[in-house]
Amino acid sequence: MIGTLRRRAHARFVLWALRGRPPEAAPILLDQRRVYVLPTRGGLAFAFTLAVIMLGAMNYNLSLGYALVFLLAGLGVVTILHSFRNLVQLSLRPGHCEPVFAGTPAAFTLILENARPEKRSGLRLFVTDGIAAPVELDVPAGGFASASLQQPTQRRGWLACPRITIETTWPLGLIRAWSYAAPEARCLVYPAPAAKAPPLPWQDDFSRDNRREGRGSDDFSGLRNHQAADPLRHVAWKAAARQEHGPLLTKLFAGSSAQQLLIDWEATTGLDDAEQRLSILTRWMLDAEAGGVPWALHLPGLRLATDHGSVHLAKGLAALALFGYGTP
Amino acid sequence: MARLDRPVSGRQGSWLLAAALAATLPLVPYLPSWLILAAGIVFTWRALLLWRHHRLPPRFLPPLLALAGSIGVFIEYRSLLGRTPGIALLVIFLGLKLLEVRVARDILASALLCYFLVLGQFLFSQTIPVTAQAIFALLVITAALLTANDERPPLKEQLARAGLLLAQAVPFMLLMFLLFPRIEGPLWGMPEDRRSATSGLSDSMAPGSIAQVSQSDEVVFRVLFKEAGAIPPQAQLYWRGPVMPAFDGRVWRVTQTRPAYLALPWNVAGPAVDYEMTLEPHGKSWLFALELPATLPAESALTTDYQLLARQPVRNRIRLAQRALLLASPGREENPATLQEALALPPDGNPRIRAVAAEWRRIHGDDPAAILAAAEDFFARQLLIYTLNPPLLGKDSIDEFLFDSRRGFCEHFASAFTFALRAAGVPARVVAGYQGGELNPLDGYLVVRQYDAHAWSEVWLRGQGWQRVDPTAIAAPSRINENVTAALPGGEPLPFLARNDLAWLRELRHRLDAVSNGWNQWVLGYNPQRQRDLLAQLGLDSPDWRSMTAALAVLSGMILLALTFHVLRSHPRKDPLLILWRRFTRKLARHGIQWSPWQGPIDFAICAAEKLPARAAEIRAIADDYARLRYAPKQTPSDLAQLKARVASFRP
Repeated sequence: MIGTLRRRAHARFVLWALRGRPPEAAPILLDQRRVYVLPTRGGLAFAFTLAVIMLGAMNYNLSLGYALVFLLAGLGVVTILHSFRNLVQLSLRPGHCEPVFAGTPAAFTLILENARPEKRSGLRLFVTDGIAAPVELDVPAGGFASASLQQPTQRRGWLACPRITIETTWPLGLIRAWSYAAPEARCLVYPAPAAKAPPLPWQDDFSRDNRREGRGSDDFSGLRNHQAADPLRHVAWKAAARQEHGPLLTKLFAGSSAQQLLIDWEATTGLDDAEQRLSILTRWMLDAEAGGVPWALHLPGLRLATDHGSVHLAKGLAALALFGYGTP
Repeated sequence: MARLDRPVSGRQGSWLLAAALAATLPLVPYLPSWLILAAGIVFTWRALLLWRHHRLPPRFLPPLLALAGSIGVFIEYRSLLGRTPGIALLVIFLGLKLLEVRVARDILASALLCYFLVLGQFLFSQTIPVTAQAIFALLVITAALLTANDERPPLKEQLARAGLLLAQAVPFMLLMFLLFPRIEGPLWGMPEDRRSATSGLSDSMAPGSIAQVSQSDEVVFRVLFKEAGAIPPQAQLYWRGPVMPAFDGRVWRVTQTRPAYLALPWNVAGPAVDYEMTLEPHGKSWLFALELPATLPAESALTTDYQLLARQPVRNRIRLAQRALLLASPGREENPATLQEALALPPDGNPRIRAVAAEWRRIHGDDPAAILAAAEDFFARQLLIYTLNPPLLGKDSIDEFLFDSRRGFCEHFASAFTFALRAAGVPARVVAGYQGGELNPLDGYLVVRQYDAHAWSEVWLRGQGWQRVDPTAIAAPSRINENVTAALPGGEPLPFLARNDLAWLRELRHRLDAVSNGWNQWVLGYNPQRQRDLLAQLGLDSPDWRSMTAALAVLSGMILLALTFHVLRSHPRKDPLLILWRRFTRKLARHGIQWSPWQGPIDFAICAAEKLPARAAEIRAIADDYARLRYAPKQTPSDLAQLKARVASFRP
């Protein structure tokens, strides 16, 4: 009950703190208006201890007891300034964010820049409403540090950078200074590859005419472990015969001339669920790329010509990720 | 908070143990030996667990040990409250808290206990050395807290940072120390805090008891005379303590229940001297006023035998503004019961002096002044020797002193003289207190130490009242005119500070005492009264707690504001290299070539050169310069200038 209220109040506060801001353009400077300071639980315990010491000093008329309390109280005040200073005027901007498959956490990189000629120690960054453990880091004097924040992904498409809390309790752990930021950054989430997919949609006669002259049909390039989707005629039967208990191996063929593969939306017509279909297409794409097989992609409204390589794969996966969402 | 959830590292544990040691070691002299032993075992145990990476004891064990320790403290002191038992309990809790420290967060609780134990030191002593020790402990404890939050910095850096934090706290401390409205304690009773046996005068006097007190050089009180030129001569400095009219043949005693005057029973006009006395706590009520008091301090009373008593035993150092009448003989109209008491003698014993006194009585009849003169004459003729080491006396102690051994300290003189006068029918009583004192030329304070303890007689003469007679002065006038050292024969075992043979030592002693007195007066003795005086001097008329709080709030707010301003104003001195790079990328951005922060300079140059082939060479040169300046180990100003020129002349 109280927990719920607290969570709600906190959510309100975050909204208020980021009023009119999200998402913010880089670089985000944490100026004094957006750095908040409150005692930690330890700080409250410290204050309570001071009150008890004060009672003792009063009761026994200990002048040095008063001095002790006042010195420690001064220490508490000074710590406020140090914690505040540790955070204020830090600037942060989003870094590169590698695309991920849905289900694996996205890693948002944040680059923290410390323009001050002193090191900032013990900063903690975490996704405001997240569950992941905070990233702890120091930012060297006049330098940079980067933190990678994990955010779980569920669905494909663009994932906006979540709200970030950046806090510090340095130096004594008595005071917490914190700030919120919503950097303008996004991460592309590919569809999760299907765990089980039909065999690769081989098209033996596809673009036979394009085959270059004078080359043999298949340029054998190597072997890899057999996968369920591999065509049976590519199994290295001779190799399998030589070793009795070894795994089945699939022959790999280099070059664009070997087989033609069309990864086509229409090939998955049997399934109703668009996401499931995209998953299967993703799996095919990955398998084709792993086999070094060139492939083409046909999606409603989008065609990728036959090619292979990481750039081609990224293009294809991006097309699947954003399928149906309009322009990227 | 992840860092605080990590198990305590070796370094954090070591710092915490150091903090615990720094907080508890100064308390060792005040704690029972079994507790010190137990604490030592627990600390060593914790250290072994830490350094050998053993598991902590099971969770149920520390509370059980704490319970056992508390029972031990209760058996020792019959209480769990109050000064010493309280500190003992805190030490026990600290030891067991140490056994419970598993993760870095737990360090805080132990550190707070350590801060509390620093106060414990002050309960027993607040001298300058103790303060230095406490500052050291604060440094170590603060460094331990720092280490709990960030364990990487090495020892020196950690101590330096702790020192910096504490040093920055000092302005706030000074401000609060001066302005925080003080309350005169105690807030609640301290029944069990009876001062354990101290040297000092007691309410009875047996042969040898004053000599015993004289063995200490502890300061009893310090006196600052208002007019430095009007310090009475040494022979008039009689600081009156217990008055002992009752004698049982061996021991003189104070009459326990005595009525007190509400106002001073004598005319306070006449030659007087004003002084301020800073009385050290001695656990008894005597205020040791200079004879005879002309003022009655607050919370004090004057008994009918003129003992100035505080209503509560003196447990704290107190400061009293006093005035003394130097030439007064009070009690001309004395109460017959008091006179009767001043004539009482045990039925038998000391026949020889009784015979001598009867002879005086026979010759001089009812003339007490003549009897007094005869007694003084008798004491002078007996050739008595003033010594700290008189022989032990038997049953008839006064006879043995006067006629056989003839050696004694002031209590022998006072006792015998008073006895003799009573035997001759003249009312007399023994007064104990301090005589003389040493003037410190550096700060003008007269310091009275235990070795200035003295006893003298007081004789009632009809029509003249009570007269002070010091029989010691008859045998050893230098005791009264100078000090105890001058009066004693060489080789007597005097306390170190009482010796005055080494001039440089005396000088050093004066210096140390002036420093320690300044500390007592201004730091330890900064009480509500002194606070009001100081603020009045600073122009704060009739300062009450409201104006003090307001001043405190305004001033500390000003310091805080100034510091905050400083924090925000110390504007980032930007990296010149970065400024140049930004200027360069801005120029390119105007032509649609965006630089992203994750791009390295060389990668970016390749991309930019592709899009702007006409300027490829320039772009590469700038990126190369930047990369070299940024990542190569040494940079020279000329390189920076070259880059600056290149960026300036770059026109995409």
